[in-house]
Amino acid sequence: MTQHETLRLRDVTVALDGQPLIAGLSLAVAPGEVATVMGPSGSGKSTLLSWICGSVDPAFAIEGHIELDGRDITRTVPEARRVGILFQDDLLFPHLSVGENLAFGIPRGVGREERRKRIADALCEAELTGFEDRDPATLSGGQRARIALMRTLLAEPKALLLDEPFSKLDAALRSRIRRFIFDHAIERGLPALLVTHDPDDAAAAGGPVLEIGAGGAVEATAADAGASAARKTGAF
Amino acid sequence: MLRWFPALTLVLFLGPVAAGLVGTWAPAFGYLPSLGGSGFSLDPWRQLFAQPGLGKSLALSLGTGFTATLISLGIVLGFLASCHGRRPVVLVRRLLAPLLAVPHVAVAIGFAFLASPSGWAARLVSPWATGWDRPPDIATAPDPFGIALVCGLVLKEVPFLLLITLGALGQTPADRTLAVARSLGYGPATAWMKTVLPLIWPQIRLPVFAVLAFSLSVVDMALVLAPGIPPPLAPRILRWFNDPELGRHFLAAAGASLQFLLVAGSIALLYGGERLTARLGRRWIAAGGRGHSGRIGRRAGMAAMLLVFATGLAGILGMAVWSLARRWRWPDALPSAWTSGNWMRQADALAWPGWTTVTVAFAAALIAIALVLGCLENEQRNGVTPGSRGLWLIYAPLLAPQIGFLFGVQVLFISVGLDGSWAALVWGHLLFVLPYVFLALADPWRRLDERYARGARCLGASPDRVFWRIKLPMLLRPVLFALAVGFAVSVGEYLPTVFAGGGRFATLTTEAVSLASGGDRRVIGVYSFLQALLPWIGFMLAIGVPAWFYRQRRGMKIFAA
Repeated sequence: MTQHETLRLRDVTVALDGQPLIAGLSLAVAPGEVATVMGPSGSGKSTLLSWICGSVDPAFAIEGHIELDGRDITRTVPEARRVGILFQDDLLFPHLSVGENLAFGIPRGVGREERRKRIADALCEAELTGFEDRDPATLSGGQRARIALMRTLLAEPKALLLDEPFSKLDAALRSRIRRFIFDHAIERGLPALLVTHDPDDAAAAGGPVLEIGAGGAVEATAADAGASAARKTGAF
Repeated sequence: MLRWFPALTLVLFLGPVAAGLVGTWAPAFGYLPSLGGSGFSLDPWRQLFAQPGLGKSLALSLGTGFTATLISLGIVLGFLASCHGRRPVVLVRRLLAPLLAVPHVAVAIGFAFLASPSGWAARLVSPWATGWDRPPDIATAPDPFGIALVCGLVLKEVPFLLLITLGALGQTPADRTLAVARSLGYGPATAWMKTVLPLIWPQIRLPVFAVLAFSLSVVDMALVLAPGIPPPLAPRILRWFNDPELGRHFLAAAGASLQFLLVAGSIALLYGGERLTARLGRRWIAAGGRGHSGRIGRRAGMAAMLLVFATGLAGILGMAVWSLARRWRWPDALPSAWTSGNWMRQADALAWPGWTTVTVAFAAALIAIALVLGCLENEQRNGVTPGSRGLWLIYAPLLAPQIGFLFGVQVLFISVGLDGSWAALVWGHLLFVLPYVFLALADPWRRLDERYARGARCLGASPDRVFWRIKLPMLLRPVLFALAVGFAVSVGEYLPTVFAGGGRFATLTTEAVSLASGGDRRVIGVYSFLQALLPWIGFMLAIGVPAWFYRQRRGMKIFAA
């Protein structure tokens, strides 16, 4: 496994129509660590993630810098950033089979045999061996979430962004998928950044936690508290 | 390169319209050097106003245009207001496509087949109810007052306005609005008129204006259904343009300019009427009248809509029956002998116009799709969204009367050496195909969840790859549907074929029009039914191909609506 480096955000401010949403956020996410940004809906936390992956709505005025692997990627086009993102919805492409969805993630230039092998391996890892030709619409919510993660990981990202990817799953599934995603990020040594409004998610992530408050003030919550909570909830 | 698409589209599409207006207005004031007019003069206008019966022509145009528009709008709004959320709306929605696809001329011919003295309607009630043992000697289609023309226009405009209004309803919280109004004690139709109509009106206003402009200046339907002495203004202008004496072109150009003023003035009048209705409507809304249960209104609304659909579909059926008739004596309800011979005998004559129709329609629709996709993609990538003024531009060729600028377009084509070529024909059709293609595709394209594209970019795909591999395949159905819309529009075009083709190209539409005035009904039936059939085939393919292609992809069904 290649060794990844830290994802750094420096002095990020987000404003919409002159109203500050996030003021002065700085954060370093170490490889294999899942950091959390918490805030209520409309606090600009999803905007923060789309800014990091390079596809933010131009209506938002955003300043600050993103560094990944020692490069400043603030002005890089999205497809060259190597930042993977998972949304609330799995957004599997409905016109492609499960295998084709995964293939879409694999970088170009990888040979046909190798592509097939990587897809098979990814399906095996997601405990969905042999699902290549399935229609994504026939999969369960948990299966779809796992495929979405695999598709993102096959693109060989250097950082992983999680935009409340568990919030639409039911309670039982939620903690399992959450563990599945975190474990994969940690195992690959990826810096991961989660935004959520659910304290349970933050606790399970175990990394540093930032809270966006009124007027965009950013407050750091003790990382240790999160970590110990993670150990507790990590029992299942 | 993508950035050039909006500009390219405007030049290709509005350029000829603007040049066409100039090229029509200049000869209207005596300037057309190629025909010896080199100075400014008011003679064409003097000549125009000296035409006998000009007032009658104008009155006929205005009368039929406004009547058809207001009746069509009344039927659509009355029906939807009284039947919102009920089964008839579902049914009508299902029957809409086949009626919408039929070209104007075919609708007109179908109606003439029904309503003429020896038509199907008279046959069904004769002689047992009417006592007619031969076709009655009265003029019905065409009739001296333009009633048949109004009927034909209504048959064509009701489905169009219905489509637009249903689309607008889908984009507004109509159901919840209605539920709130109903809970405040308003009757269903009153609630709809007072709360839903104001919500959707901004979206249906331009289409209503387009309907009015079309009805005031229609040529092809008027040639079939309107009286001939004198005809309404637009077909009369065409007659002047076609006069072998070339000097009449100045007169025709003045007439075309008058037609433009007529349409512009009428739209202004309708706009004023709209403002006035809105003011009075506010008072009516604020007065708090709750209305009634609406049962009578519902019956009336349903009956009117049923009549429109039944007549439209019966007209098409009538063409099909005539095309297969060998012997059909008055007053038999059906032919006594059937044959496929009409089709066989016409096969050779049909081949060339049929081929021209299909190739021109396909080319125009494909070019329109490419331009529209380029504009929409540019809009999303570069974040330039056209405002409501952009929509006026899109509607421009539909609001300006065709006869008001197509002569100028012909002059433009002559000056660039394109006149009478296949390319000119495609270009001429493109002017009218493009707006409909844009209207059909813009909403589904903009509605696609943008996170699919964002997610794909984060997976390392370039914008081009996202377009070809994600957006286009996901939107295959609306794209093919828009292509079918463009195809159908082109198949039905009459005037652009006459002008841009320089009289050198015959399509099914031009053949049907020239046959309609007096030819053998069995032959007319063949041409007009085939003309109606082509767009149907287009729509069937547009719906069937993606359904088959994605038969294993259940998730694609949600994009089917």
